[in-house]
Amino acid sequence: MKTEQLEITTEQERLDAIPERKVRAAPTRYRNPVGKYKVWRSNACIQCGKCMQVCLYGVHIKPQGYPRFLPPRDDLCQGFKCKEIGRFCPDHCPVGALRVDLSPMYESLGDYRWTADLILSTWRMAETGQIPDGDLEYEIGASGGGFDRIRFRFPQASGSLHENRGAGDVPQASPPASLQHGQDAHATEVSTAIDLNRRKENDRPRIQIDIPVYGGGMSFGSVSPITMLARARACAAWNTFSCTGEGGYPERLVPFKDHVITQVATGLFGVREETIQRARIVEFKYAQGAKPGLGGHLLGDKVTPAVAAMRETVTGNALFSPFPFHSVYSVEDHKKHVDWVKQMNPRALIAVKVSTPVDVDMVAVGSYYAGAHIIHLDGSYGGTGAAPDIAKKNIAMPIEYAIPRVHAFLQAEGIRDEITLVASGGIRTAYDAAKAIALGADGVVIGTTELVALGCIRCGNCESGRGCARGIATTDDKLVQKMALPWATQRLINLFNAWHIQFVDILSRFGMKSITELRGRTDLLMHLDYDNHTEK
Amino acid sequence: MPKKYHISTRPAPPRFRRVGKFGIVDRREDCSACHNCVKRECIYDCYKDEDSRLRKVDAYVDYLYECKSCLSCVQSCTKGLLSRRVNPEYRVLGNDFWTPEIISKTWYQAETGKIPVSGAGYGGPFSGPGFDSMWTDMSEIVRPTRDGIHGREYISTSVDIGRKMPRLHFDGNGGLQDAPPPLLEVPLPVIFDSLYELGVPQSIALAAAGAAKRLGNLSLVPSSDLTESLMPFAEAIVPELDDGTRLDDLWLNRVRMVEIPDGADVAQRLKALKRANPSLLVAVRLPLNRGSADRVLELARQGIEVVHLYGDRRGQEREDVHPRHISRVTREVHLALVGDRIRDEVTLIASGGIAMAEHMAKEIICGADLVGIDMSVPIALECRVCDSCKTGLACPVELETIDLKYATQRLMNLMGAWRSQLLEVLGAMGIRDVRRLRGEVGRCMFFEDLERESFGPIFGRRKTETQAMVAV
Repeated sequence: MKTEQLEITTEQERLDAIPERKVRAAPTRYRNPVGKYKVWRSNACIQCGKCMQVCLYGVHIKPQGYPRFLPPRDDLCQGFKCKEIGRFCPDHCPVGALRVDLSPMYESLGDYRWTADLILSTWRMAETGQIPDGDLEYEIGASGGGFDRIRFRFPQASGSLHENRGAGDVPQASPPASLQHGQDAHATEVSTAIDLNRRKENDRPRIQIDIPVYGGGMSFGSVSPITMLARARACAAWNTFSCTGEGGYPERLVPFKDHVITQVATGLFGVREETIQRARIVEFKYAQGAKPGLGGHLLGDKVTPAVAAMRETVTGNALFSPFPFHSVYSVEDHKKHVDWVKQMNPRALIAVKVSTPVDVDMVAVGSYYAGAHIIHLDGSYGGTGAAPDIAKKNIAMPIEYAIPRVHAFLQAEGIRDEITLVASGGIRTAYDAAKAIALGADGVVIGTTELVALGCIRCGNCESGRGCARGIATTDDKLVQKMALPWATQRLINLFNAWHIQFVDILSRFGMKSITELRGRTDLLMHLDYDNHTEK
Repeated sequence: MPKKYHISTRPAPPRFRRVGKFGIVDRREDCSACHNCVKRECIYDCYKDEDSRLRKVDAYVDYLYECKSCLSCVQSCTKGLLSRRVNPEYRVLGNDFWTPEIISKTWYQAETGKIPVSGAGYGGPFSGPGFDSMWTDMSEIVRPTRDGIHGREYISTSVDIGRKMPRLHFDGNGGLQDAPPPLLEVPLPVIFDSLYELGVPQSIALAAAGAAKRLGNLSLVPSSDLTESLMPFAEAIVPELDDGTRLDDLWLNRVRMVEIPDGADVAQRLKALKRANPSLLVAVRLPLNRGSADRVLELARQGIEVVHLYGDRRGQEREDVHPRHISRVTREVHLALVGDRIRDEVTLIASGGIAMAEHMAKEIICGADLVGIDMSVPIALECRVCDSCKTGLACPVELETIDLKYATQRLMNLMGAWRSQLLEVLGAMGIRDVRRLRGEVGRCMFFEDLERESFGPIFGRRKTETQAMVAV
């Protein structure tokens, strides 16, 4: 099977240079795209081309000089919405050769948290860099709690992108030009940047990132080198960060070192003086939301020569990342570690990643006093390459509960404005991110969303056999080749662009000029299950 | 340190084909037999034997059952002939409580003895009724080291059944006034509840008893079903006596515990049984209902040493109106006993609706000393919860003829996997003895509390459930 690769139409870009922050089409790398709707064209088709004229979205394609239509582009079809504007292609077909219906595959996609709509809409954003057309839900999932039941209380007059998009009389394959990044008055005057160093001491650089989002740790081995590089490059393009995870710092990431966080976790794999010294942010990982309190276990089979070299271990030997740091049993111990890193790299900021037990607020305060710049809460519904199901479902609290607790506790302690609070573990959409910020976080960290943008369908088999069948989370030589670096980079750049559009939109509707104004504005939120929920 | 407890698990592949969640639909009549067929590229080799299997009458096509759902073939087929569906057979497995997910995960554990592990984050609902409204907690930084999960430090899963005396009484000569009451240590906080209500064949009771003996725990069997074939497993069997039934002396002297139904004369019956066999433990079987807490207090004060609370098969109270979940009732019973300072004088066994390893941990957090499982036993032996047996139809997986050794292994595998999962949550909590987990709600977070504490200050009061439904 040959995997179709996107050809980026510009000159061959240098893969070790930071790519441009520019939206370019990056269509699916598979021959048969999956959409919410399916279009069937029967043999009765007389190739008249009427459908092609009617369709606003380019579903029906008959290239110049071809006698017959190509298979319909299901993923572009907007389904029954076209009926409202009289452009439903089956209604126009003179011989009744067309049928449009919900795709039978649609119902087999997704789960409660990542619904089929969220997966498809994230794919769409990664393809186009814009918010999806039609009726794809791209804001919330169907988990029935937390972010999925929280809504923004927007001012009456502000129409949402959601309502404004989609089928109109005018062909609108993309949202109004005014909302596209870089062309809009809003986009230039609304800032989505956040500061990562907010401490009073003036001894370390003031690092700012352009979007309130950075990439979570994914180690060499858990994801493919292409995935790792694509994340680093896309984050560099958007002046934000990605993270090496625990498992070493591959040389190919070095050109992007100003946008790569390096992680120090309990196994200390791949942690060396030079990796600490080249990083602008060093992250201590105490726990991971998907498997808090459990630590990691890399099976012997996965410790290939490359992985072993990177981790400075022996090929074929299982590797444990124990829980917890066996040298940290108090805030003082923790401070000792932070001080070491600070001593080793005088310009690095320190991030501390913890999961969300009931006393997470105390942990956050402790981290501040130990000298951390960023406290990173990883909620219990976060992603992982492999974790026991019992841990993913049950241990520690969802991030929605942890953010307001920690925010309020830091405020009461009088230190809220000296520390950057970032949240992860179930941030799927730009709306989740914005809600997390309104609940009290400064920004968010994402992981799964990036993988979905690269074509992940959340089958959950990351850990079995040769790894990811779609070439995203694997180190298998052959599977890794399923994805090309320029394409993967572009998908992520596009995703960030679509998120940026949504951030700007949300802020504009509230009349805000900066995402920092949104932080802690819980008055702008309502919860459908609470009595503060009012109908619009 | 006592000898480390170990459950020996071995693969026990299913006798009948699995019912997988996803299947591939193949419109092969349009296949152009091209040379770059995507089926050859399946990294899970689902299509490997397709050709040979298609020619056999009774062979099944693996890809319908073992598709791992990566969509690679679907999205790459040159002619787009493949598509994926949820297997209709999977969808109708079980019922709304014994969901297809629970059933297939139980099968997996009984087959492999391994913990279900997967990649990507949790994909289920945010929370739910019963046990799904609880999260277990973990301990972040400040705690002693607990490395039980990787076997470097031992975490005990043993519990004691029986009355633990609050204090010792001495006579004038400094000798013990009374001998301490008998205690039965089981290495696993799970026992097999009796299955007679389920209408499952005798072969399953035999397998449960066999597995219980090898695991060192217990299996309940109604006294009417005590047959000669169960005798080798007597030490693991807990006869369940009806009102007035007398147990044969042969059994009475070989079993370690019996269970009697609740009634006015329980104290007398207990005495009579103890006279016949002083080391015998006597448990009282008590339905879960509004009066459970009061009744358990009474029983405990009368000197009843073990109470077995049983809910319905879904873990609900046996009440018609607004039945509460077993977790809530157990908490109430536990707190009543704590309040009366007699918690350790009675052992609580809770059963009904314990369907997953996490339920065991959560039920113990709510105050049970150990739990009983019911439906999980036949499910581990491939039962599909189709209820055919209840209506007298033939069992689709032929449970009545299941091989005893094989069935025993499947149950041991399931318990091995459950124990490993218990170790995971205990490890995360920094607890190294499951006895300490009992009633430890400090290592647990309840949905109502988290909502009130985190969201209350922001969103106000939570609407009652009915109002919330309207708002949807």
